[in-house]
Amino acid sequence: MANYKRIVVIDESGVSVVRFVDRKIVDSSSIEALGEELNALVTVEKRNMILLNFDGVEFLSSAALNKLISLNSKVKAAAGRLKLCCLRAEIKEVFTITRLDRVFDIRKTETEAISAFQL
Amino acid sequence: MSSSQTDWSWRLEKSIPSSSEEGHAAIEELVHALENAGWEGRDFFHIHMATEEAVVNAIEHGNKRSPDKMVHLDFRVSDDLVRLVITDQGAGFNPESLPDPTDDDLLEKPRGRGVMLIRELMTEAHYNRVGNSVEMIKRRSPPAPEES
Repeated sequence: MANYKRIVVIDESGVSVVRFVDRKIVDSSSIEALGEELNALVTVEKRNMILLNFDGVEFLSSAALNKLISLNSKVKAAAGRLKLCCLRAEIKEVFTITRLDRVFDIRKTETEAISAFQL
Repeated sequence: MSSSQTDWSWRLEKSIPSSSEEGHAAIEELVHALENAGWEGRDFFHIHMATEEAVVNAIEHGNKRSPDKMVHLDFRVSDDLVRLVITDQGAGFNPESLPDPTDDDLLEKPRGRGVMLIRELMTEAHYNRVGNSVEMIKRRSPPAPEES
């Protein structure tokens, strides 16, 4: 498995569960590194069932959202599925305002999200 | 009360170089001032995010990270009102000309949400005529009803 610095990846029931190292995803160099690591999950490691678990993430900027959108495109191109879970209310609201809640499948808990991959 | 009559409990006015590190350092100062003034929850998050977007826009899109250009910050905090003015030395832009990033055709484009978020998250957001300065105002929201 690749040596990631901005994310931690755990395999759970055939799903790659990704957690974020940073509580605040704002620093531009960290966001670039995050984007590269997320993309590597698909392009290098060939993972295509990915759950982004936002537990512990307190804040992110639109630059970080852009990386999630790019990841979503790559997962779709690989005929895979991407889901998000455990967003705090304020971050969920950002997805609603930007209508990105229509782009991403957002689940409340990790258990619910992993179950949804089996459907 | 208008912002000109407000009794500000904290103010930061400074010019910073066009670097992310300097921008984030100033935002961290604002974050601490907001916490000290009792801002929390959604309002706190909204101010933090709008400021992040405005400062990054000023550094990256306004000044294009030029070492010769500065970003001027005027941050003011009171218990129930926040006023933030961010001015860059770039050519400016017309915020009305930006496409709506929530349009179906643009929804999956990885760019163009900063200005829209600033407008949605703050109580007011005004750009100057040139488009190189934004004034953002947040009034404290009334307490949310308790969930049953």
